[in-house]
Amino acid sequence: MNDALMQKMKERINELRKLPGVGSKTIKDVLEENGISRRDFLKWSASMAAMLGLSSSFVPVVAEAAEVSDRLPVLWLHLAECTGCSESLLRTDTPSVDDLIFNYINLQYHDTIMAAAGWQAEENYEEALNKFKGRLILCVEGGVPTKDGGEYLTFGPHAETGLEKLKRTAEAAGAIIAVGTCSAFGGIQAAAPNPTGAVGIHKVLNKPVINVPGCPPSAKNIVGTILYVILFGALPAVDNFNRPKFAYGLRIHDLCERRGHFDAGEFVEEFGDTGAENGFCLYKVGCKGPYTFNNCSRERFNQHTSWPVQAGHGCIGCSEPDFWDAMKPYEKPLADNYLASIDADATADKIGITILTVAGVAIAAHAAISAMKNPKE
Amino acid sequence: MAKRVVIDPITRIEGHLRVEVVLDDNNKIVDAYSSSTLWRGIEVIVKGRDPRDAGFMTGRICGVCTYSHYKAGIVAVEDALGIEPPLNAKLVRTLLDYSLFYHDHIVHFYQLHALDWVDIFSALEADPIKASEEAFKYVPKGYNPIATGADELKEVQKRVASFAKKGDLGPFKNAYFGHKTMRFTPEQNLIALSHYLKNLEIQRIAAQAMAVFGGKNPHPQSLTVGGVTCIMDLQDPSRLGEYLTKFKQLAEWTNRAYYADIVMAAEAYRNEPSVTQKNNLGNYITYKTMQTGKNSFLFDACGYIKDFDLGKFYEIDESKIEEDVTHSWYKDTGFRHPYNGETIPEYTGYVDGESIDGKGDVVHTKVVNPKGKYSWIKSPRYNQEPMEVGPLACMVVNYAKGNERVRKVVDEFLAKTNLPVEALFTTLGRTAARMLQTKVIADYGIEAFNNLVENLKVDQSTVSPYKIDKNKEYKGRFIGDVPRGMLSHWCRIKNGVIENWQAVVPSTWNAGPVDGNGKKGAYEHNLIGMKIEDPTKPLEVIRNIHSYDPCIACAVHVMDVKGKKLGEFRVDPLYGSC
Repeated sequence: MNDALMQKMKERINELRKLPGVGSKTIKDVLEENGISRRDFLKWSASMAAMLGLSSSFVPVVAEAAEVSDRLPVLWLHLAECTGCSESLLRTDTPSVDDLIFNYINLQYHDTIMAAAGWQAEENYEEALNKFKGRLILCVEGGVPTKDGGEYLTFGPHAETGLEKLKRTAEAAGAIIAVGTCSAFGGIQAAAPNPTGAVGIHKVLNKPVINVPGCPPSAKNIVGTILYVILFGALPAVDNFNRPKFAYGLRIHDLCERRGHFDAGEFVEEFGDTGAENGFCLYKVGCKGPYTFNNCSRERFNQHTSWPVQAGHGCIGCSEPDFWDAMKPYEKPLADNYLASIDADATADKIGITILTVAGVAIAAHAAISAMKNPKE
Repeated sequence: MAKRVVIDPITRIEGHLRVEVVLDDNNKIVDAYSSSTLWRGIEVIVKGRDPRDAGFMTGRICGVCTYSHYKAGIVAVEDALGIEPPLNAKLVRTLLDYSLFYHDHIVHFYQLHALDWVDIFSALEADPIKASEEAFKYVPKGYNPIATGADELKEVQKRVASFAKKGDLGPFKNAYFGHKTMRFTPEQNLIALSHYLKNLEIQRIAAQAMAVFGGKNPHPQSLTVGGVTCIMDLQDPSRLGEYLTKFKQLAEWTNRAYYADIVMAAEAYRNEPSVTQKNNLGNYITYKTMQTGKNSFLFDACGYIKDFDLGKFYEIDESKIEEDVTHSWYKDTGFRHPYNGETIPEYTGYVDGESIDGKGDVVHTKVVNPKGKYSWIKSPRYNQEPMEVGPLACMVVNYAKGNERVRKVVDEFLAKTNLPVEALFTTLGRTAARMLQTKVIADYGIEAFNNLVENLKVDQSTVSPYKIDKNKEYKGRFIGDVPRGMLSHWCRIKNGVIENWQAVVPSTWNAGPVDGNGKKGAYEHNLIGMKIEDPTKPLEVIRNIHSYDPCIACAVHVMDVKGKKLGEFRVDPLYGSC
């Protein structure tokens, strides 16, 4: 597993080298008049700056950047997926989805939302490819089936395969965002034995792809990434798995509300026990927060309503590559030998050691013993 | 001479779907084909895994009816292992169902279906004051309309007009606005347009309602085999209050907008033949769903009706559920019960043919091969008969069984719209049934919440203990209605891991191709006989297909590569049959 990981990381680093530097030009045209008051606009800019992890001194810059940006032509392509990522996008409230579509992006094609169907939908698609060639923002939801020539997914009256359509569309794109774990890493259909040969889209494209994984990613992370491109006219800084650092820079564990209980050695031993009633740490019932890079513990979901750990269930690691295979079983701790194998940052390679020792040897032993015991029960 | 229209993609649905219709000289549909164009294969992926992991993976079958397959995956394993979850857990699962049904149905009507009924540009011509007054006509007794004040409607017009002036309509581009079968007046269009926009906000409340006890939405994460994990939320009165408030907000929206808009549609479209043509397939099947108390369900029918006959209710015999793949892209193995499911992919693709395109020209395309295989969807059958599933099935079968709450809500709606009961068996009725199902939840669903609070006073348990014996073989299933109709998951466990998994999902029942006996499913059968105004703009077909709320990701997960025979089928349900 470590060799495979090393190989994967080398591939990633090679791809990373091909990425354009900050400041690459994608969108520089003048923002169209959109009828939003100055006050609302600044409020929005402030919330965006906060979202992107910028201090309040950046608010005027964010506002300025947005004012000189074009309304961004966005084309959203559905491959092998469940539409969970589109549903997540619908949940956005900063800005709300109607605000996003009416005022910030120019949604050229999104087959869950758009009015046209059939021939008229096809016409919209081709027109967007031609009209916005080179500056189209392509958002892809879903993995791409590659086995048997990609016959497991076809589009349109001429039955073009998903693989062909993705490649053709990517040619016209100025930036490519893989929305969700399926388009980033293949997702559920790529889990062993991967019957359709599904892969993340970067595997079949020769352009940089920004990965926004999660099953689904939060609306914040989807919209935040798109807004980054709008605001800065550039691609965001990414980690070794091409995930934007503003959203995937920290582990779930780092800001978890139950972290104090972990440090104190207080664990839920079984769902429904007194530890669960008291909000103890979920590590021993399988929480993958220590191995998962995402901002769930900070941003939560559905306008901060909750997140799995608050609802008493451990993280299943859904923003990590191959998590369906790598993080199983989802309700048991991972075995020791796994701890250093999948993290995105070099610093995080030491995670198993770090998290289990900073809090004290006793807890380390406690957790390690439980990790060994549980699979045998 | 017969003409063919290929419609691919069908948009504003979940997933990838193609529909082809064959028209006679009068543009009447004489034949129809439904073909799904994506296959994912989740069942084979769960094989060999810990059964406790299955729910998380089956949950990913669909992110729109998110939670349906998660719950099904968890309950099927509980059924197999003989686990009876605590009442608290069952009721919490019902509360998650409510938020799902609310969300799914309102998003379906406003975001996915409305543009088949509502002409946005006509709304820009409306008189907002007249529209504001008119909105009062459609709400149920005791309610006032919402988001239809004259000022608010003016703002909606201004906003959409300024968007339209930009010259690029974005997602509204190339729609069938101005189509002859659009029947709303400008004022009615404006009311609906305002609700279309407002619903984008309301649907977030429904998602939040799920997140209160579910952790997040889509793809909630608070169920575990044996119960639920959200014990802290249940012991926190402010969390209960948060759920209750959101439930009430959604109930208000149901009455003040959703209900009213369907009444408005019934009035405006009652003389539009393409939405009032009686369905051709008169068989409807449903299963009990939404447990509200120890032994009570909001929708308690587990049965079916035949040939539109509301006078006779038949109970389900689970052994008569089978799937056939004669015209699906799998190796033909005849009708099979899901416990013995066999699925070996055999893609043969489309064949060369012709279609009328969007300009009216006859062009070369790929088309289905009606004599061969033409879809990734299987054809489920009950006793070898096709059945329609969905909210309409839930309403009419519960009606036939004598479910008093359903009867009351349905009868009141028919009285308000002055429609005969037969009007239910149409495209309009199918769209109305989804709202009526939501209305039953809004009016009576709170009982589950109240019973949960009562039960929490005396019993705090949320998870039942269990053991998996690796030397034992287990078999179990989930059956229940989800937003798109009757869903079942069937599993076998051996050596402590999953040996086989099959899901028979709602959109498979409705969208599947013709079976080995030559019998068509609901989509194909019900389209026949419908007249199309303009083959270049087949809005009637799209409106009809959308009325089922297609969910194709759900329908195309099926696969069992090894095709093992899995022994004799035996019904041994833990929760008992109905």
